Amino acid sequence: MASDTVEELAELAGAAEAPGMPQLDFATFPNQIFWLVLALVIIFFIVSKLILPRIGGVLEERHSMISDYISQAADFKTQAEQAEADYEAALAKARAEAQAIAAETKAEIQKELDKAVAKADAEISAKTAESAKAIAVIRESAVDNVRDVALATTGDIVAALMPSLSDDAAVKAAITARMKG
Amino acid sequence: MAEHAVESAVEEGAKLNIHPMAQFEITPLFGDGAVHWYTPTNVTLWLGIAIVAIVLLMVLATRGRNVVPGRGQSIAELIYSFVRSMIVDITGEEGLKYFPYIMTLFLLILFTNVLGLLPASFTVMSHIAATAVLAMLVFTSVTLIGFYRNGPKFLKIFWVSEAPMALRPILALIEIISYFVRPVSHSIRLAGNMMAGHAVIKVFAGFAAVLAAGTPLGIGLLAPVGAIMAVFGLELLVVVIQAYVFTVLTCVYLNDALHPGH
Repeated sequence: MASDTVEELAELAGAAEAPGMPQLDFATFPNQIFWLVLALVIIFFIVSKLILPRIGGVLEERHSMISDYISQAADFKTQAEQAEADYEAALAKARAEAQAIAAETKAEIQKELDKAVAKADAEISAKTAESAKAIAVIRESAVDNVRDVALATTGDIVAALMPSLSDDAAVKAAITARMKG
Repeated sequence: MAEHAVESAVEEGAKLNIHPMAQFEITPLFGDGAVHWYTPTNVTLWLGIAIVAIVLLMVLATRGRNVVPGRGQSIAELIYSFVRSMIVDITGEEGLKYFPYIMTLFLLILFTNVLGLLPASFTVMSHIAATAVLAMLVFTSVTLIGFYRNGPKFLKIFWVSEAPMALRPILALIEIISYFVRPVSHSIRLAGNMMAGHAVIKVFAGFAAVLAAGTPLGIGLLAPVGAIMAVFGLELLVVVIQAYVFTVLTCVYLNDALHPGH
């Protein structure tokens, strides 16, 4: 079927058209060449005057805009980094200051504390001294009382047991000697 | 001439009647007369439509000059960057001087090729006359640029200095032949690709008409229509790739002119 068709078709084409292929009909060449060259010239002018400058400009503009944005973004990034560094520095400074203040306060408190302790110590030692004095007084008076009681008791005992020998001075001397010993 | 084809199709009726090459005929837009060089023809029409489409996409869609592009502007920018990076990759920064010329070629070929895929349209680049003009333009301008920029040193592209001395004259001959064959292959590659795919689609379309009439409920229509869909997808790829190939080769030739010597 196919080969029949091709033959038949070739015959038909041959019968219908003298050259068979319109491409080989040289009579139409000047016409084709004229219109093609005209079209080429027109398209060349459209391309070189309108298309290329316009699209080239748009692409150029886009390119520069994108690079602008990229450099802007880089600027923002360095700014952000700077801000972060500033923040870190401020934070470190504040921390150092806080530590200094804390240390100072601590030292002041320590000083006051030491002063208070010293004062308290002094008061305590004063009070202790006073007390010791009071105690000494009390002890002395106690010794005197003991002596008095001893004298009285001894005198009474001697007077009761041996009234003849009652001699206060001797008793007193004996007691004083005893208490010393 | 198109009217003739329609008439003969009507006369022949059920007979297998496929004109795969009829779509490539050059016909006057007005009347039936001869095709003079100045006659407005379907070539004029489809070149005009291509120019309008180029203006719509590349000029009107980019009129906002938006920093954040819309759909149309994105595509225009994509085409711009694509061609620009192609030139820079192949020829280096100095090739950018010729950016407008290469962009013109690429846009013209791309738009006429894609428009040629519309049903009942005409593909300008399916004609060897059109592609030969483009290829000769490239060939002549590249040769002139080569001599203008390098003087007689441009001839070094024919002299393979790495090869042994005995081989160099032979290689020079081969290089010269290949240099002059460039415009031929450059133009035939494009025209041949455009012609073949379009003719195949047309042949399948003819089968579709016959099978629709010859099978119950026209079920046989499905096979050729499926084939047309597949070939059309392939063609969409081919027309864009051929526009790309033509432009890449232009850059490669330009690179020879800018940097001669192997």
